[in-house]
Amino acid sequence: MTSPDVTPPVARESIEGRGRRGRRAWRRRAPRWLPGLLLLSPSIVAIGLFVYGLIFWNTRVAVSGKHDMVSPYGFDKGKNFVDLWDVPSWPGAVRHALLFTAVFVIGALVLGFFLAFLMEKGIKAEAGFRAIYLFPMAVSFIASGVVWRWLMNPAPPERAVGLNQLFNKLGLGALGNDWWQNPRLGMAAMALPAIWQMSGYVMALYLAGFRGVPEDLREAARVDGASEWKVYRYVVLPQLRPVTLSALIILGHISLKVFDLIMAIAGKQIITYVPAVATYVEVFDRGDPANGATIATYLLVAVGLLVIPYLVWSVRAERER
Amino acid sequence: MTATTTAATRPRRRVPLLGPGGMRMIRFAVLLAFVVVFLIPVYVLVVTSFKSLQEADPSTAWSLPKDWSLDGWRSAWDTLRPGLENSFKISVPGALISAVLGSLNGYVLSKWRFPGADAVFTLFLFGMFIPYQAVMIPLQGLLTDLELVGSIRGLVLAHVVYGIPICTLIFRNYYVTIPNELIEAARVDGAGMLRTYRSIVLPVSGPAFAVVLIWQFTSMWNDFLFAVFLGSQESWPVTVLLNNTAGSGAVAVQYNQQMASALLASLPTLVVYIVLGRFFMRGLMAGALKG
Repeated sequence: MTSPDVTPPVARESIEGRGRRGRRAWRRRAPRWLPGLLLLSPSIVAIGLFVYGLIFWNTRVAVSGKHDMVSPYGFDKGKNFVDLWDVPSWPGAVRHALLFTAVFVIGALVLGFFLAFLMEKGIKAEAGFRAIYLFPMAVSFIASGVVWRWLMNPAPPERAVGLNQLFNKLGLGALGNDWWQNPRLGMAAMALPAIWQMSGYVMALYLAGFRGVPEDLREAARVDGASEWKVYRYVVLPQLRPVTLSALIILGHISLKVFDLIMAIAGKQIITYVPAVATYVEVFDRGDPANGATIATYLLVAVGLLVIPYLVWSVRAERER
Repeated sequence: MTATTTAATRPRRRVPLLGPGGMRMIRFAVLLAFVVVFLIPVYVLVVTSFKSLQEADPSTAWSLPKDWSLDGWRSAWDTLRPGLENSFKISVPGALISAVLGSLNGYVLSKWRFPGADAVFTLFLFGMFIPYQAVMIPLQGLLTDLELVGSIRGLVLAHVVYGIPICTLIFRNYYVTIPNELIEAARVDGAGMLRTYRSIVLPVSGPAFAVVLIWQFTSMWNDFLFAVFLGSQESWPVTVLLNNTAGSGAVAVQYNQQMASALLASLPTLVVYIVLGRFFMRGLMAGALKG
């Protein structure tokens, strides 16, 4: 495009500030980055406005004390973040989300790992297995909720339906339970459809991880006399740590904001109330934007605590590579 | 004697209980058992959708239809048709726009980087993980001001904007694999940014486009949250109609229609997935932030 002489002074200054290697690289292409920035700018503006701008705005609503549709935006100094805990349904919603997250994340992680472990050395019809474990991902929670609500029907044993009926037929009647309508552990049952939906994804991640471990490495360990179990324990598993981390992050953030699945299976019932559903109820049913925005902010903070360290770490790790 | 002592001191290689063939059989059997478990919901959906209204009852969920009936499918089609239409109107253009944007962004962030590109990329990526509830209330207000709320265009806009992070990520991770020498050579030949994109990057972008198109189509098709917050009767996609007819709040219990509706609403994504599953798989990998 243009010769390096037209480098704007500001850019040059920032060039000087970098390391020796970086400096040389930048001098060669200094003026060339501008069109790139221009091409990216519509997206930068869009993300800036729709993600960060609206998050700011949402926080503004959260501290506004605007608890109905007509009163003006004020400022309550964050009082709402404290008051929310006095709303009778809220502590339960948090508990439900945590129980759901624990069961879903651990369940999907363990099942996905197990499936990948069984497949990693190659198996007949692997593509077929993979496709069947993965297909639930292509289906919406709304659609799968229709059938899971049926399967997890809590009707008593004498007229059992769904999975309970299947258990009876298989002589496993003792497994029959009231599923998500159990007041204490219902959310654990609610995690089952989510595990069904996402464990194939975890399987795919782990399978790629397993295949990424060089065969030489395993062979070297075997030559040194390591048993097959030790090869896994000391050679393969450590290599899978990054996979586990990304799977944890992905499952965790899906789980904290679960909405569709709950709406499809249980609706807005108190027994399966979670923060994401609470936002919806506060905004649409109770007409309370401040409470809705406060709950949404709590959700954002929870996801942020999980995701931000991971993002910073992974971008930095990639740059060092 | 000497032979046994050396054998004892040397780390012994354990003899497996079963030969490799036996282990393989067991693994295969366990995997097959899981296939059965995974397909249970599908079985119930399919058999119930083909039952008549009288026969479609939870108590007979596990038996095959005595006489196969298409009534469920017919009434599912009648109820869902406007939603299916809207879903196509949202997902097809939405996926196309997302792919074009993602491709250009990914190109810039991998091959035409500017100072601070990593920071911008990280800020983009965070947008992928945010709970959309945290923007939904002001987003409703913003789209109302833009007179886009409740319209198909408004939904497309929202999907495209919040799809930028994942699309950029997939394309960026794909373009990183193009050798820098190729880009450098084009530069030496005097090609500018867009020229280089057109002549070198775009021709090899096929697989990444497939991944992004499938990914975006699927997530837009399956979306429920944006639809209930930002849609209206005229623009509701199939997920909302499905939830209205078959969701927990529904009063009428035409189980054959419910199950047929759930299947009908999932058919397009299932077809896309079955036909182009290979690319879908690659999309999943890219979604895992593996550079």
